Amino acid sequence: MNSRLFAFVLLTISATGLHPVIADEISVTIKNFDYSPMELDIKPGTTVVWKNLDGEPHTIASTDGMFRSPALDQNDSYSFTFSRPGVFKYICSIHPKMKATITVR
Amino acid sequence: MTDRREVLQCLGVGAGTLFTLSGGVFSAFDMAQAQTQDVGTPLFLQISDTHIGFNKEANPDVIGTLNTTIDAVNALPRRPAFALHTGDVTHLSKAGEFDTASQLLSRLKVSELHVVPGERDVTDGPGAEFFARFGKPSSNKGYYSFDANGVHFVALVNVMNFKPNGLGALGEDQMAWLRDDLSSRSASQPLVVFAHMPLWTIYEPWGWGTAEGEEIASLLRRFGSVTVLNGHIHQIVQKVEGNILFHTARSTAYPQPSAGSAPGPGPLLVPRAELPGMLGVTMAVMDSKRAVSLADTSLAQG
Repeated sequence: MNSRLFAFVLLTISATGLHPVIADEISVTIKNFDYSPMELDIKPGTTVVWKNLDGEPHTIASTDGMFRSPALDQNDSYSFTFSRPGVFKYICSIHPKMKATITVR
Repeated sequence: MTDRREVLQCLGVGAGTLFTLSGGVFSAFDMAQAQTQDVGTPLFLQISDTHIGFNKEANPDVIGTLNTTIDAVNALPRRPAFALHTGDVTHLSKAGEFDTASQLLSRLKVSELHVVPGERDVTDGPGAEFFARFGKPSSNKGYYSFDANGVHFVALVNVMNFKPNGLGALGEDQMAWLRDDLSSRSASQPLVVFAHMPLWTIYEPWGWGTAEGEEIASLLRRFGSVTVLNGHIHQIVQKVEGNILFHTARSTAYPQPSAGSAPGPGPLLVPRAELPGMLGVTMAVMDSKRAVSLADTSLAQG
């Protein structure tokens, strides 16, 4: 292996695994039967972390089936990393009135 | 702790109200009278929203209140032959919650328990834990029908196919099955249709309804006696439309706010002494004219 390629591989590992970058993680809060923010615009590779603050359980279920959390009780979290661009709508499968959108581009 | 134990000790199935639908006219009897007078044969028990796994302040002991409910039903002098559970057996669809619920419900002295899923029972999507336990009568579809005492019972699933406006839905396959199942039935056969979410729109902003509700009602109108039952909203709401009685049951776990009276349909925290009066089950009886009547019974002492 030539040394330049080796250096590139090392760099990639450090960027994705060994030193997670804070900017690549975005939080969505669930409170009073709403996702906040309801619309997110993120870059590919971003991890979204949902946290339920309600005493009532909620879920995060994408309408196209790409991601689906288990029922999150109060203070439970769920995360999903968006690797490809697209517009991803999701609902709470317990309270389907709760809707939000994530745009990856 | 002492408070809760004292409250649980004095729980007992007491006075409820018995609504009789006869020729489209609703009349109410006292449940205590219903037990002594010959108002009909107990047909079935409806239990709903047991929410095993719930542990918040609105009721930290949902196992205790379910046990109290079961003891009270088992102690009735005239018990119905079977029971319907209209969903939300568990709170979070966890295997352990289903195990506990199955163990508790097996104490009910009834020959059969028919269960439809609530949205809490299928949060994984396909409802693997639910169908592993309750999927057999429907070959894992969830919806099915059966006959008992000359009554045709239809179990529907409206929690696995939500519409963009948040209402529950049956979906095309199930609607086609329902049309077919009802088409061969005589209009004189009493019908009981049950599902988890309301099959008519009670409050659209909270998704308390079913998208195909109007079409379902139109399929039911030709029948002489129709009872449509659901849970989901943890309180009694009912309406009569022609020969169709729509009725929602209480939960055995915790009450919920009335439509629109809170930020969302979460648990309603009430003074502990008031809780038993807001929990309960529904009993269906059949009179000599084959009319089905419902009696709501709370856990409060009568």
